[in-house]
Amino acid sequence: MKIIDMDITTMRKALLSKEISSLEITSEYLSRINEKDGEIAAYLYVNNKNARKKAQAIDKKLSDGMEVGVLSGIPMALKDNICTSDMPTTCGSRMLENYKSPFNASVVNKLLKEDAVILGKLNMDEFAMGSTTENSYYQTTKNPYDLSRVPGGSSGGSAAAVASKQALFALGSDTGGSIRQPASFCGVQGLKPTYGRISRYGLIAFASSLDQIGPFARNTKDLAYVMNVLCGFDEKDSTSVKVKDENFIESLDKDIKGMRIALPKSYFEEGIAPEVKNAVLAAAENFKRLGALVEEVEISSVKHALPAYYIISSAEASSNLSRFDGIRYGFRPQGDFNLDELYKEARSKGFGKEVKRRILLGTYALSSGYYDAYYKKAQQVRSLIKVDFDNVFKNFDLVLSPTAPTTAYPFGSRTANPIEMYMGDIYTVPVNIAGLPGLSMNCGFDKDGLPIGMQLIGKAFDEASILRAAHAYERGGFDD
Amino acid sequence: MINDYEVVIGLEVHVELKTDTKIFCGCSTAFGAKPNTQCCPVCLGLPGSLPVLNGQVVEYAILSGLATKCQITRIGKQDRKNYFYPDSPKAYQISQYDLPLCHSGHVDIEVKGESRRIGITRIHIEEDAGKLVHDSEGGSLVDYNRCGVPLIEIVSEPDIRSAEEAKAYVQKLRAILLYVGVSDCKMNEGSLRCDVNLSVRKKGEKMLGTRTEMKNLNSFVSITKAIENETRRQIKLIETGGSVVQETRRWEQSEGKSISMRTKEDAHDYRYFPDPDLMPIIIDDALIGKLSDSLPELPDDRKAKYISQYQLPVYDAEQLVSSKYLSDYFDMMVDKVRSPKIAANMMMSDIIRLLSKDGEDALIPFGSDDFAKLTDLIYNGVINNTLAKKIIEKMWKENLSPDLIIERDNLRLIKDEDYLLNLIEEIVNEMPKVVEDYLSGKEKALQSLIGQIMRKTSGKADPSISKEILLKVLSNIKSK
Repeated sequence: MKIIDMDITTMRKALLSKEISSLEITSEYLSRINEKDGEIAAYLYVNNKNARKKAQAIDKKLSDGMEVGVLSGIPMALKDNICTSDMPTTCGSRMLENYKSPFNASVVNKLLKEDAVILGKLNMDEFAMGSTTENSYYQTTKNPYDLSRVPGGSSGGSAAAVASKQALFALGSDTGGSIRQPASFCGVQGLKPTYGRISRYGLIAFASSLDQIGPFARNTKDLAYVMNVLCGFDEKDSTSVKVKDENFIESLDKDIKGMRIALPKSYFEEGIAPEVKNAVLAAAENFKRLGALVEEVEISSVKHALPAYYIISSAEASSNLSRFDGIRYGFRPQGDFNLDELYKEARSKGFGKEVKRRILLGTYALSSGYYDAYYKKAQQVRSLIKVDFDNVFKNFDLVLSPTAPTTAYPFGSRTANPIEMYMGDIYTVPVNIAGLPGLSMNCGFDKDGLPIGMQLIGKAFDEASILRAAHAYERGGFDD
Repeated sequence: MINDYEVVIGLEVHVELKTDTKIFCGCSTAFGAKPNTQCCPVCLGLPGSLPVLNGQVVEYAILSGLATKCQITRIGKQDRKNYFYPDSPKAYQISQYDLPLCHSGHVDIEVKGESRRIGITRIHIEEDAGKLVHDSEGGSLVDYNRCGVPLIEIVSEPDIRSAEEAKAYVQKLRAILLYVGVSDCKMNEGSLRCDVNLSVRKKGEKMLGTRTEMKNLNSFVSITKAIENETRRQIKLIETGGSVVQETRRWEQSEGKSISMRTKEDAHDYRYFPDPDLMPIIIDDALIGKLSDSLPELPDDRKAKYISQYQLPVYDAEQLVSSKYLSDYFDMMVDKVRSPKIAANMMMSDIIRLLSKDGEDALIPFGSDDFAKLTDLIYNGVINNTLAKKIIEKMWKENLSPDLIIERDNLRLIKDEDYLLNLIEEIVNEMPKVVEDYLSGKEKALQSLIGQIMRKTSGKADPSISKEILLKVLSNIKSK
């Protein structure tokens, strides 16, 4: 088997049995990036030197008979809003051009401790705001299935890198769908864990109460491998939650007989492409064949999720992004300015259009006299949505829905109308609003051969059930 | 004219808490370090960093609340106060908006023999900002060492009616906080800072006048001066047909006046909202109970004790307890002395004078046993106040016991009647004119004779014995 076709299990076996070396794996992936990324443009930075160094260190450990980590030698890459001390962290923004963080994100330290090989940093919509990765200041990432189409966003670089086999897995971040939607568009798997499951320390914040780091991979077992490493309480993140450590691989192979899956009716009504609808409904039938009980439900509050999301996320962003003022680091305009002029110049030129739109929106929503009507109201909606999901999960183990209303669309086709763009988040946003885990995986292709994604939503901290169902679906067996 | 008006004052007092580490990170809070040497990604607000609340800050704030008779909030939260300024690297300050940790308390003060109760509206926790240093070329430098040092802000009700009351209130507050041990309250190092909200109204008027807020008051002198100055300014404005503008003013102590910083129109909209990076602060009965039990004896308790147990006058008791150090010292010695009143007198005159000569952190160099001995020597008539003053100055410098100093320097009162009789007869012979004056009815002449006795004995002649002998000698002359 070719190195780039191996999954984590196979690669680990080959490495530990010394069939292949870590350096071979890393070199293979680096040359793949060299060949392939010219057209895909997923990487913002390739860590040639340090990746090879890490690989050699792993080989040395292996030849010395020392213990190696559970992700030893596995080549992966990071969305560029996750801080790394040996590579720039730009958030896809001019504001942080060449910015190097003095510290590693907690997830990066975990990956390094388990001997993962970090190949580089991946493109994204500026500050994770967007659904196409077109909002990157640096480059336009292409969808590996059709180079004229968007890879989705905001973690478009992560999805495209995994889909084009330029990384075995990747990390992204998901605030309103930024892992699941690009996973859907690029035909890979992406998991947004429960809020609080994975430390946010070192993830450059977009909307702190919604942001969550999560993995992209080609299959469920690889996701489970990575989740085993990423999860856990971090004393540096007050919002991370103490839950018992779980081994997601162990529970993976159990069947899903009797698992109760809810199909929310409102998710299939307006604005959904017929091919997407049919593919997800067909998937529901397949789950039945695997022994699951599938029933339609009503989750009425989710129709309010989108406006609530855009108020809360923009409000938090307006505050989180205030620190980028051109004074201590990042983009500094040249010229003779007084303080106010410096702020204006730095923020006008350092931020792109979409980021400025959200900052304005969020500033407005928090302004005195408007707070109650917008921010406070949105928080009330948030509570209602949580309650609605809680009620569904009294009777069900999972919720099944489409990930996005459509498949990947051509570049430029949504940029003129931001509202239309925001509508694409309608199925993913409620999950963040409720703090729940959600996974996107492929469930078919449209007539143009573009991947269709379905979303599995679980109870808080029940990623295990999602992964089990996804794994069962992936193994199939319902066609006969 | 001034007497037709009443001044209404409320104070906001910022107090730096004496924790070892900052409010949201592990950096040191020590004062006076080299600029920007006590900083980390968290207190610098670097992208990706997250705050974690220091539990000690919550405990210190609650202790301060309990000591000022406040109600303690059971579920507190922290909010972001958004504003752009280079001293605030996140462009927001983490503070508390609508759920301060403590509220509805009071502090009793004594002014001109009259007791007044000043209400405490609230006490909340927040982080301090960095310090701007303006250089000679019009540039500015920022020192972030102070950034993230924990503060409590104590807001009073508008119950204060004069500069004198304001000063008494701050002194009392300072004493309480020093007793509780939550801050070192050094105004010259900025660990206790004060803003004054002030308005005036015609006596008898119910409505409050328009108020101004005065900043930059860093000594008791500037608090007093600024209040007197602002009161006059506002009354003059009104009397000359103008009106007070709601604004923030900055007190310039060197110029003896305040200047306008900003008016209500350009006041900030701070866009307060709950900080999504921090969890609610849950305060349970157990914590409040533990902290209540750990509260030391407070100034008012001690004052009452001094009055009832040691029969000190109210004024003396108030003076003594206003310094925790003096009061602690007094407590240590009071049970060893014959006369608490003599001890209190010496503390309030000689000790305070000697301490203030040695600077703010000065300590009494001798033990309470020696001090007790000295006061008993006065009580027993071995020395008088004049000698005691000499002895205590020697004790201060040499740290010897009073007995040794008295022996060495021969500083006890001369009670030897034969010696005194000889001396007095000598003086009477030397001053016939004065004796004649006395005998012809000029009582004053007696004083010059006593003065001469004191001069000749360097103040050591026992005054009552000397006077008795002198009168006897004079009456002998008269009857001759």
